[in-house]
Amino acid sequence: MTEHHSTDVDHGHADGLPEHKLRRTDVFPRAEKRAVRQVAAMFGLSAIAGIGTIAAFFAFPADRLITVPALGQMSAQNVVVGGLMGVSILLIGLGAIHWARKLMPDHELVQERHDLDSTYADRKAAIDEFWSGAEASGFINRKIIRRSLLGAMALFPLPIIVLFKDLGPMPGTSLRHTIWKAGEQIVTDPQERPIRPEDIPVGGLVNAMPVSLRKLQDKQGNSNEGVKSVIVLVRMRPDEIVAQQGKNWDYQGIVAYSKVCTHLGCPISLYEHRTHHLLCPCHQSTFDLADAGKVVFGPAARRMPQLPITVDADGYLVAAADFAEPVGPSFWELG
Amino acid sequence: MSAIVDGIDSTIGYADDRLSSAGFLKRNLKKVFPDHWSFMLGEIALYSFIILLISGVYLTLFFKPSMTEVVYNGSYTILKGVKMSEAFASTLNISFDVRGGLLMRQIHHWAALFFIASISVHMCRVFFTGAFRKPRELNWVVGTLLLITGILEGFAGYSLPDDLLSGTGLRIAEGIVQATPILGTYVSFLLFGGPFPGNDFIARLYTVHVLLVPGLILALITAHLMMVWYQKHTQFPGPGRTEKNVVGYPLMPVYMAKAGGFFFVVFGITTLLSALVTINPVWMYGPYVPDQVTAGSQPDFYIGWLDGAVRLMPNWEINLWHHYTLSLNIMIPAMIIPGLLFTGIALFPWLESWVTGDKRVHHILDRPRNAPTRTALGVGTIAFYGMLWLSGGNDIIATTFTIPFNTITWVLRFAIFIVPPLAFIVTRRFCVSLQRRDHDKLLHGRETGRILRHPSGEFTEIHASISDAERAVIMSKQDIIPIASPLASDAHGVRNPAGVIGRVRAGLSRFYYGPNIALPTAAELEAAATHLEHEAHSAVPVIEREARLEVTGGGGVLRDPGPDGQSGHNH
Ligand code: HEM
Ligand code: FES
Repeated sequence: MTEHHSTDVDHGHADGLPEHKLRRTDVFPRAEKRAVRQVAAMFGLSAIAGIGTIAAFFAFPADRLITVPALGQMSAQNVVVGGLMGVSILLIGLGAIHWARKLMPDHELVQERHDLDSTYADRKAAIDEFWSGAEASGFINRKIIRRSLLGAMALFPLPIIVLFKDLGPMPGTSLRHTIWKAGEQIVTDPQERPIRPEDIPVGGLVNAMPVSLRKLQDKQGNSNEGVKSVIVLVRMRPDEIVAQQGKNWDYQGIVAYSKVCTHLGCPISLYEHRTHHLLCPCHQSTFDLADAGKVVFGPAARRMPQLPITVDADGYLVAAADFAEPVGPSFWELG
Repeated sequence: MSAIVDGIDSTIGYADDRLSSAGFLKRNLKKVFPDHWSFMLGEIALYSFIILLISGVYLTLFFKPSMTEVVYNGSYTILKGVKMSEAFASTLNISFDVRGGLLMRQIHHWAALFFIASISVHMCRVFFTGAFRKPRELNWVVGTLLLITGILEGFAGYSLPDDLLSGTGLRIAEGIVQATPILGTYVSFLLFGGPFPGNDFIARLYTVHVLLVPGLILALITAHLMMVWYQKHTQFPGPGRTEKNVVGYPLMPVYMAKAGGFFFVVFGITTLLSALVTINPVWMYGPYVPDQVTAGSQPDFYIGWLDGAVRLMPNWEINLWHHYTLSLNIMIPAMIIPGLLFTGIALFPWLESWVTGDKRVHHILDRPRNAPTRTALGVGTIAFYGMLWLSGGNDIIATTFTIPFNTITWVLRFAIFIVPPLAFIVTRRFCVSLQRRDHDKLLHGRETGRILRHPSGEFTEIHASISDAERAVIMSKQDIIPIASPLASDAHGVRNPAGVIGRVRAGLSRFYYGPNIALPTAAELEAAATHLEHEAHSAVPVIEREARLEVTGGGGVLRDPGPDGQSGHNH
């Protein structure tokens, strides 16, 4: 390429631009040659790293691990292939920028800005065109056509919106119930072992679920019921229980509460047995299980629903009924 | 070689015959682009988006957007035999069995972080320099929309793998949707195909993530760049730069080489980072199961402030007529605050020009100090965002510094109202003092650090006039008179109906321009120039050695750095 930054553009100082400073590469042929070599070296190394990337891709199986100092164990594929590929890509960029900075003309150019607004006449003509078109269409005078069109246009999106109706069923009362019912056995989560009251020490917490949950979920192919029905069982000395949501809903100091946060639905199992506080890891809502699950801190507004429990004929813990209050986050129709 | 030259020549000709493109090329190959490091921020966003497209398409070839349950049997032994969704299993497959898969996943995730981070910082640059002013208001709105769609796209993206973290995030999102008055429950059931989590959502989200939102983003980016191209870039003030010109480097070759090269730099760094730094190790979180949650886990950084707002909110919930529930504890932080914030940001160009009365076209950027109120509003907003973001990390703060949650939350509940106004006040003062310094520089020149002892025994410092470049930058400041208040009533005592709004506007305008230090007048500048000239040639001897031994005077320590005066004044 020849020098292109000729007279028409190079009027730097005359425009009040700062004086153009010569670079070393402009003055010393040796510096210029060195810069050329540097740029070419970067591009050359990039090509080599690119070929290295391909070689490494085939050399390392996907599951080989290597230990990288300071970073620990990592996938060899990832480190070597990624490293070489990164270097290869980076060098193209660095080379191009070095080339531009050291060797391409660095004279600042000045260009005029054109005004964005058109001439008054053009603008007026555009406005006139619009109105004469609107006039000619009759949109302005023919009121009936205009109004009926506007009406049709207003309705036009509605059928399309309605077509989305079958995306899902209506909520109905499904947010108010869970699969818990009187006599539903309480089993540990995830081992699914039935629980006797003696199994839970005072101060202890057991994650639990309804015995029929797994089968139902496998049948339905989703975890919709599990999301609502998981609970925690905690045992305290009966005299520690300040209040419950129903009379005798505990069994010998064992109380069962939903573990679905009433704020935004995170499952909770951080329990502080001295204070009987259940702490949600998502936004730190804290519920007092000794005091009817009431909110003691955080953004949750509703208390944690309690599940009434008792034991069956064989002495295993079972639910005495479904929750009396909806489980999980609030919703508009909750009331 | 000449074959290539001929080839290119005839290609340009071929295209011109059909598209008459030569005129466009002639005009634009030398199109001038101003140069400044901060103009690269938008470029980083653009390049990250391109990287997202490339890596995203690669991921679609291996990722299975399905919630069908499978038993994992891949090479990550810890999860062998575990039931999980196909989505999660295919993400493990990408990470452990597809060569280069983990790299692409990590490139995709790092690029997503860069995309949103660079948009945010780019937006700050545009804000603080006033680049959003006429004629660029519409592009500011497009930029705001890009930030919003970027955040949504990122959230959709990291929800796809169906790991424990993404499942928890989706559950929270579902709870937020459900808290929407009137429509929430229905919308949630339609989105999820029934109760949460259902069987459909990942597949639906996938379409949103790989088609809908990227298409929207692409359209917005196209509009954004076309406007930048057509309106031409703004430029910082400097000698020779005016509202009527653009000073910079030509598209061909310098800008093309620099910008093109910079794409490879961004891509290369993203790749290196992805090779060396693990991001979103979903295999450690495990598959989503509805009764588990990872304690102390954090969403991507751009969600942190929303999460923080939700955490900070007191638990207000209103029961309406015993039939309906208004979840203010969720609506305020998750809908109202972001809604107001983004609306305020999008409308800011019009709000500002209404208050200032400034309807002129601006191509020269403001120095942030010269718009103290705007700058202070920006810093105040960042402080507000920062408080929310801190709140999003309250569990990390709590465990790192062993402070109880309650304390942190209560401190932040007050701080969110106190810190942003404080930041506003401090920033505004700081800007004004910078203005005052500029003013002094124009009148009294730059302090050289050289001390002069007068025959009377008095010490003064020699001042030299500042460089032309610096003067041009300082003189770019435009002083504007606040809008005058309309008369409350006319000469006949009739009340002016437009008076109330007008007076509010005038008050705001006074507030906006209030703390301005006007540039010196031409006469003052003239006098200053003469004075400096005189001082430079002052016949009084400069006391070099003695002054070097720290002379205390006038409350400060005077120091002479030596005859060159270069290293002066940075004690
Ligand atoms: C602004 C644009 C985009 C952003 C911010 C974004 C962000 C993300 C993020 C954060 C993830 C999670 C990655 C992880 O597993 O750690 C993700 C996943 C994914 N993205 Fe994107 N993405 C964008 C565009 C695209 C595009 C254009 C496509 C495809 C055409 C795509 C395809 C995918 C796929 C298939 C996944 C799931 C794969 C996996 O997580 O392993 N993305 N995206
Ligand atoms: S989900 Fe439990 S506090 Fe938000």
